[in-house]
Amino acid sequence: MYPEGLKYTEQHEWARISGNRAVVGITDYAQKELGDVVFVELPAVGTTVSRHDSMAVVESVKAVSDVYAPVSGTVVEVNRALEENPELINQDPYGDGWLVVVEMADPAEAGELMDAEEYQQLVEEEGE
Amino acid sequence: MQRTPLHEEHLRLGARMINFAGWEMPVQYSGVLAEHEAVRSAAGLFDLSHMGEIEVRGPGALAFLQRVAVNDAAALSCGQVQYSLLCTPEGGIVDDILVYRRGEEEFLLVVNAANRAKDLAWLASHAGPGVELEDLTFRTALLAVQGPQAERIVRGLTDLDLGALFYYQFAEGEVAGRRVLLSRTGYTGEDGFELYLEAEEAVALWRALWAAGQPYGLKPVGLGARDTLRLEMRYPLYGNDITEETTPLEAGLGWVVKWDKGDFIGRAALERQKREGVRRRLVGLVVVERGVPRHGYTVLSPEGEPIGSVTSGSYSPTRKENIALAYVAEQYAAVGSAVAVEIRGKPVAARVVKTPFVEPRVRRKG
Repeated sequence: MYPEGLKYTEQHEWARISGNRAVVGITDYAQKELGDVVFVELPAVGTTVSRHDSMAVVESVKAVSDVYAPVSGTVVEVNRALEENPELINQDPYGDGWLVVVEMADPAEAGELMDAEEYQQLVEEEGE
Repeated sequence: MQRTPLHEEHLRLGARMINFAGWEMPVQYSGVLAEHEAVRSAAGLFDLSHMGEIEVRGPGALAFLQRVAVNDAAALSCGQVQYSLLCTPEGGIVDDILVYRRGEEEFLLVVNAANRAKDLAWLASHAGPGVELEDLTFRTALLAVQGPQAERIVRGLTDLDLGALFYYQFAEGEVAGRRVLLSRTGYTGEDGFELYLEAEEAVALWRALWAAGQPYGLKPVGLGARDTLRLEMRYPLYGNDITEETTPLEAGLGWVVKWDKGDFIGRAALERQKREGVRRRLVGLVVVERGVPRHGYTVLSPEGEPIGSVTSGSYSPTRKENIALAYVAEQYAAVGSAVAVEIRGKPVAARVVKTPFVEPRVRRKG
């Protein structure tokens, strides 16, 4: 159900780790819960974030949702396309709907995130 | 939690259900944006059975309504509907309601679900002899078909003369073989109908409207899109834009108050406010920079001083801009005024615009 090879948080972010960089987005479950996304606020490139900090905001018609940093580090890239086309988050949450790239301060943090199976279990528990 | 007679239909259609004023209601089916678009371009089918229906009848009914509501119920002929307000002696709004005149001494009030019990108590406390009140809410279902294709969809199901029925008029007869009160009203700004009927007939009517609507692009629409549709029209939402702490004059509903009909509850306070002038007004805002205004956000002057607050705000699917209703200090209420909305601690530029945000396309007479 949830892509293997990604790491997940309890707040429904995903991170694709490669080297010391993490591409971050929100999961398919999160985008479905939110509904149609109409607004995204992204951090400035160069922003330093600590794990669990709110680093972006995703808003649907009815809800405002913080996106928390899954890992600590520096924001090195943001997905500007979302400013014009926030619906990319609904259409392709693991692809074109990515939010930011974080250069990790401590790559070991990534090991503390959930894998797909653990995340699946969390979602099932929340759904009950 | 209370369920409407259409609960199973909603689940079958994949609705996401929420608690709204103690009712389990569909908030969305396919998605708010798609549902909003369906109503603006084709048609939407709504279950509004949570709304309260209160019958007022008897020889004292008209005089009673003249006293408890601010609009002129005597101006209503049978078959007409009127938007009205119940006010407190201080001029605050107890509820906004629709008044249907079904007979000389027979009226139907349609009230907000969240206010039903409060309204009933309020009405009962002011009703004298010759006035009977009856709460019909739980035996009544309310369905709505709204959108440019609404008339075509309903036409195939009824012998009622829809051509003779204009905005804020109603007729009683059969639709899809069910006895209904068919009202050319709505909360979307589009042409369309609201259909009241006995709760046990609701599923049959829903299915008939559904089937008749499919060739015309009809979609089921939840409370999410109902809110964005009404906001684009500047229709106030009770509890957000109007409350007991706000008056009709502040809310831009002065047109509802009829001064030449005699005394009514709230009259003295409203006259005083009219004479002295209001200090704040409910206005429409469009956000100029980036950000979505939300209920409760502070409105700032260009200098950064707090001047009011947002009561409803959303992305407008039709305008593709972020819009809001907000109370602002009188001196900032003129169309064109530059203001800001504080979003997550930062001022985001906005301006006061003329409302409605989107032109209504209801079917008015003449």
